[in-house]
Amino acid sequence: MLTLEGAEIAQGGFRLTAELSVPEGARVAVMGPSGAGKSTLLGAIAGFLPLTRGRILWQGRRIDTLAPAALPLSILFQDHNLFPHLSLFDNVALGLDPSLRLSPAQRRAVLTALEETGLSGLEDRKPAQLSGGQIGRAGLARVLLRARPLILLDEPFAALGPALKRQMLALVGRIAGETGATLLMITHDPEDARMLCDLTLVVAEGQASPPAPTEALLADPPPALAAYLGT
Amino acid sequence: MTRPAPALLKGAAALVAAALVLLNLGALGAVAWRAEGGAGWGAADWAALRFTLWQAFLSAVFSVALAIPVARALARRRFPGRGALIVLMGAPFILPVLVAVIGLLAVMGRNGLLNDLLALAGLPRLSIYGLQGVVLAHVFFNLPLAVRLLLQGWARIPAEHLRLAAALGFGARARFRHVEGPMLARVVPGALAVVFLICLTSFAVALTLGGGPRATTLELAIYQAFRFDFDLGRAAMLAAVQAGIGLAALLLLARLTLPEGRIAGLDRDAPPPPGGLSRVTDALAIGASALFLLVPLAMVLIRGLPWLGDLSAGVWWAALRSVATAALSTALLGVFAGVLTLMALTRRWPEALGMAALTASPLVIGTGLFLIVNPWVDPAHLALPVTALVNAAMALPFALRALLPAARRAEADFARLSASLGLSMAAHARLVLWPRLRRPAGFALGLGAALSMGDLGVIVLFAQTGGETLPMQMHRLMGAYRSGESAGAAVLLLALSLGAFVALERIVGGRHADT
Repeated sequence: MLTLEGAEIAQGGFRLTAELSVPEGARVAVMGPSGAGKSTLLGAIAGFLPLTRGRILWQGRRIDTLAPAALPLSILFQDHNLFPHLSLFDNVALGLDPSLRLSPAQRRAVLTALEETGLSGLEDRKPAQLSGGQIGRAGLARVLLRARPLILLDEPFAALGPALKRQMLALVGRIAGETGATLLMITHDPEDARMLCDLTLVVAEGQASPPAPTEALLADPPPALAAYLGT
Repeated sequence: MTRPAPALLKGAAALVAAALVLLNLGALGAVAWRAEGGAGWGAADWAALRFTLWQAFLSAVFSVALAIPVARALARRRFPGRGALIVLMGAPFILPVLVAVIGLLAVMGRNGLLNDLLALAGLPRLSIYGLQGVVLAHVFFNLPLAVRLLLQGWARIPAEHLRLAAALGFGARARFRHVEGPMLARVVPGALAVVFLICLTSFAVALTLGGGPRATTLELAIYQAFRFDFDLGRAAMLAAVQAGIGLAALLLLARLTLPEGRIAGLDRDAPPPPGGLSRVTDALAIGASALFLLVPLAMVLIRGLPWLGDLSAGVWWAALRSVATAALSTALLGVFAGVLTLMALTRRWPEALGMAALTASPLVIGTGLFLIVNPWVDPAHLALPVTALVNAAMALPFALRALLPAARRAEADFARLSASLGLSMAAHARLVLWPRLRRPAGFALGLGAALSMGDLGVIVLFAQTGGETLPMQMHRLMGAYRSGESAGAAVLLLALSLGAFVALERIVGGRHADT
């Protein structure tokens, strides 16, 4: 279980508080108006932003004091998830060994992850030679390879068309299912939330609310979410 | 989100900072301390101060004024060789000053092409020496720089404005008033300031084309006080004044937004350029500027190449010393720039420290260092290491300008990804920073090597006969009226400077480092 206990992040004049927990294995959509602090919330969980108050726990162990790489999670950003000067293989392999000195077994694991994400044969390509969908898959291949119990998605597929985005989300669902990971995913589209997430967490007016069942929430949204969705 | 810097890097940064502070402030301190006991400020010194400011002012005005039609023509015309011409406009930066001076002498000197033509026509010969020669040489170096700065201004005019001007049927006057004029009003002050600053510390040009009571810059006066009178007090006082001007210029510089070195959006589609008379003026501007830049260089090659086989042993030894100095200087530059770039990712001071050399004068630093080491060691023994060190510090601002934006962009784009994957500082540097930085690093080191190879500055204060670098040896040959051999040495120096630049840019920069 991921727990935020009296957590507060303050940046300049901006303040976000969170008092919530996410059950293990849950898939949670993070929704809310632009600028409400969705990325801030994920950034704090991923260890990039310090808490000004409170703490974050994973399975009862405090994690907000750890370095980003030591956290039990993988995160995909909106952009810049791959190093443009490294090959696809190296980019994915970084998930196993950050100094890229791989054992034969590790090399096989990288190839397997590429195969499972439909990227076989593209190992030597640089990101500039990949399509948007392939770049998305490459990020997910690394997530799969790292097999951390928590996956955070900060809209990595926002630039893709609807069909391609749905493919990616299906792949996310499969990976989360295979590894039993807990998923937190920022999205603007209620359809994304319906498709993949049993729970939805609303970030609005300086507060991240506890996750609630997606269908019920979308059927009867609280005022801030209703205004955002335009329903 | 900042990674703590490893102890080794912190130690290296402290050493580099100490060396640079000592170089900038220590030398100034020595100069100031010694200047107090100096002789009075005389009429000749006033003349040097006046001339320094006046020639810098004229050089800036002529360079920028002439650059306007050239930049406009290059911005709106498309013709074969346009790209090459724009690249050529960047070349004077790494061109050794004495090579250009020899080229200008070959065209406009006493026995140059132009005077021969004038004599044929029965007209009196013109003299290149004095104010006109100093300004001419400065325009030769800074016209291309001004063109590149102004070209950016043209490239930044939104394409919609140009289309709008065409759609509304603007004539030349309306276009200038509403589109080009406002852009120039923003860009020209910065360009003027840059050229003015560069010309303030002019030494090699004044040494070769100026001189005498009416054409001596402060830098040249420092050298003369040193070399001819060995009046250290007076040299120190002149150096203090030069340093004061530099400081004033630094304050001026801080108020202006300087144009950047990169030209973006230059090859976008422009609306069809105006025809009629402007076609002729544009062609004239491009043709004249190309001739002005290319003919002197061609003359160096024409006069110098036949001499290459007959160069005296002294020239070859001097060339060897220059190569050694440039190698040491480039290595120092690599260490300085590398350490400061890594430190500058999380702090502000390394950039300020590195940029401080932008307005420092090599002769002032040289004077200070001479005063510091003189009681302990024979300065002649330190001529080459000191030259290497000063040149490294002088090239540092340009190196940081190339490296820092790339490093900051790499950090902004990838620091979080690196941290989330757990890359160590070493792995981050090897896998992320170096691949993103090797191209600007190759450029910066190549620039440093070329600048150091061609420098005629601080070396003249330290070196004695038998310890000359190649530019210094060329100056000796010119002084002895051995113009053929000096042109031969110029070809050698040109080859070494360009060779060093191209080699480092290729080897360090790699062929396809970026993607």
